[in-house]
Amino acid sequence: MKMRQPGDFGFDESCAQLKQAARSFFQKKVPTQALHKLVADDPDPFRAPVAKWDKALWQELVQLGWHAVVVPESAGGVDMPLVAAASLTEEAGRVALPSPLLSTLQSCCVLMACNTPAAHAVLEAVVRGCAVTLAVLDQQGTCQTGSVTASQADNGDLLDGVAYFAQDVAKCDMLIVRAGGLYAVPVNSPGVKIVPDHIVDLTRDQAHIEFNRVNATLLADQADLVLGLSEPARLTLLAADMVGAAEWQLQTTVEYAKSRVQFDHPIGFFQAVKHPLVDLMVQVDQARALVYAAACAIDHQADPADAVQAEKYARMAKASASDMASFAAKKSTQLHGGIGFTWECFVHLYAKRQKHSQVMMGDATYQRRVLADIVMGIPGGEMIVRSWEPSLAIAFL
Amino acid sequence: MAQETDEQQVFRQHCRDWLKHNMPPAPTVRLPQQAIGIMEREQLEYLQRWQKSAYDAGLVGCDYPVECCGGGRNNCQRIANDEMQKVKLPYFPNVIGLGMAAPTIFYHASDELKRKLLPRLFSAEEIWCQGFSEPGAGSDLASVQTFAQQKGDSWIINGHKVWTSLAHFASWMILLARTDKSDKYKGLSYFVVPIKSALGNGVTVRPLIKASGETGFNEVIFEDLEIDDAYRLDAVGKGWQVAMTTLTHERGAGQLVMPSSGGQTDSDYSSIAGVNEVIELAQHSFRPDGGQSSHDPVIRDQLMRLLIRDEGMMQSMRLHQVAALREHHMRIPLQGKLVVTELIQEVAELALEIEGASSTLYVADKNAPAGGRWAQSYINSFANTIAAGTSEVQRNILGERVLSMPKSK
Repeated sequence: MKMRQPGDFGFDESCAQLKQAARSFFQKKVPTQALHKLVADDPDPFRAPVAKWDKALWQELVQLGWHAVVVPESAGGVDMPLVAAASLTEEAGRVALPSPLLSTLQSCCVLMACNTPAAHAVLEAVVRGCAVTLAVLDQQGTCQTGSVTASQADNGDLLDGVAYFAQDVAKCDMLIVRAGGLYAVPVNSPGVKIVPDHIVDLTRDQAHIEFNRVNATLLADQADLVLGLSEPARLTLLAADMVGAAEWQLQTTVEYAKSRVQFDHPIGFFQAVKHPLVDLMVQVDQARALVYAAACAIDHQADPADAVQAEKYARMAKASASDMASFAAKKSTQLHGGIGFTWECFVHLYAKRQKHSQVMMGDATYQRRVLADIVMGIPGGEMIVRSWEPSLAIAFL
Repeated sequence: MAQETDEQQVFRQHCRDWLKHNMPPAPTVRLPQQAIGIMEREQLEYLQRWQKSAYDAGLVGCDYPVECCGGGRNNCQRIANDEMQKVKLPYFPNVIGLGMAAPTIFYHASDELKRKLLPRLFSAEEIWCQGFSEPGAGSDLASVQTFAQQKGDSWIINGHKVWTSLAHFASWMILLARTDKSDKYKGLSYFVVPIKSALGNGVTVRPLIKASGETGFNEVIFEDLEIDDAYRLDAVGKGWQVAMTTLTHERGAGQLVMPSSGGQTDSDYSSIAGVNEVIELAQHSFRPDGGQSSHDPVIRDQLMRLLIRDEGMMQSMRLHQVAALREHHMRIPLQGKLVVTELIQEVAELALEIEGASSTLYVADKNAPAGGRWAQSYINSFANTIAAGTSEVQRNILGERVLSMPKSK
């Protein structure tokens, strides 16, 4: 920990107020029973892939400006630090909120990394209520191949190809597309075809998107550079969502362990039940601590070494959160016993959301592999190569 | 941690200035890894000189009132510890005195007793030990059978305490004893016992050999030892409540911060459990097929797992300081002991795996890597996962006090 970083993560009074307000708002507006009714009305595994979400609630969120808290004042935002945004996604995760909040905040981080007038214009649109998501992955879930390509035409750049594993597309208005350069495309543009995926998670929607000669606005020349620059922040926001969800899993399972009686005792009396819940609590706190350490490090980058430190913390946070999510999904289901395996029990909503989050942007094993390359060097003694200059990281944020 | 008070800022500068000019000389003897492993008088005396100089400079007992011969400051021990841990210093020898006896005496003893005991405890002129565990009372501490029989204004003590670190040097013992056989919890009382002056006359201290082959802890036998009633803390029958003050501080979750000068930490304080040293070790070790250990992807994964837990542990202590981000005020403090001790054990375990065939060599072998340090650390790590409430008991405490699940007993 660098001493010049604030001991309190820079989580000041206004951050605390935002977190508290978000907590109260979500607890009141999204009781788990209502969530279950909304997203789990049809248990058929072959049901049509329809996004179930409360659009009116999202409009309230937009009115509050929460979807754009990190946007700088120059684009009309409130310019709050990433620690504030992380606390928002933590609270949204706690209620397993079906919304484009995470996608939009992550997209804001990408747009800020672009540092171009075109990206600035999209940020202004976000402030006005435009929900944005990323369409940057290929069919293998990687950024390695170009599954979407750009070509130049008389009236600007045209996109062709297919982008996969785009999150919450049905809830969004705008796509950020990787095609060599990085492009903005309104979802309702001619030539865009959204094909919803049938997914396990009931609290999200996901799609692959076909582009057929689609007019697009160039945001940045090098997509991989801005995606790389914004990756620590995006990992951190996702991990925060997972921490919030895991806290719900922990508390809900503890409550069940206190009320369910077998062998004449509430089952929490038995150490085979009690001890795994304690282990889950420890994992949640470690992941949460790493999330705020990462967000704080991203908020306080002054030199290239800070950027490396921020990336290390972000990968630690996602690795820690992924293992935590896996453990939470398993234990919350298992310790609910027979009822935990039924559709009517709420725990499967969270277990599925966590399994989805666990693999998004790379699971724990992947994050540790990249972390080892940073900390220990790539085997063979070469220094780690980044596709961007560390100095660029300073320009971002 | 958010904002330092004026007092804290001035005090921090005082610590820095003093440390700049008063670093202790290099030790003349090899020191054990922890204070509770001190075996030779020369080791002890060197460390006592260090603790006394730090106390005289106001870096020990900062938050205790002046009337108790403390520093009379507010929330400054943390600052002193922080500054001491930034520079490489030996540890304080009187760990049981500082961490357990002092807060217990402060909260439960008469003013007269506080004035009598605390100054020489802070200065390490008098070493303290803890008489809690017995052959029949380990995790179930409240079942202690050592008996104190009241006789006028004194008590006659008979019984057998075990795993008593530092008893061989101790002037005083904090003692949990039974004063009533009819009630498990309300039948306990708490005493401070002058054991050194009674050696051979009611008190016998015998070394126990640890699994590592080292001495360092003891068994203590009481045979008709008579002590004055003035050495009782709090009321007769309140021993369990007093013991809770001791245990809460022992677990690092008490009100009073324990004075600590670190000892093994480097200036950048980058790791609690020594993960970085094991990463370095991997760069000089080889797998059975001759490949460098630090290139083995599975070893790398294991190292990163531990590094992440180590960092998570440190960051969770930082998180605890931010009220708006914590879920329960005791949740992180009560985790500390469990998490750190298990992590240290797993780090040592991985170090042995990385050393490979060389990990079979113990401290006396001149070819032992790092002087056999990791083999010794691994064996000794069980002292910490077992002492002060085993990891299993810690999980009960967390489940019951923090998560409010029903008591397992």
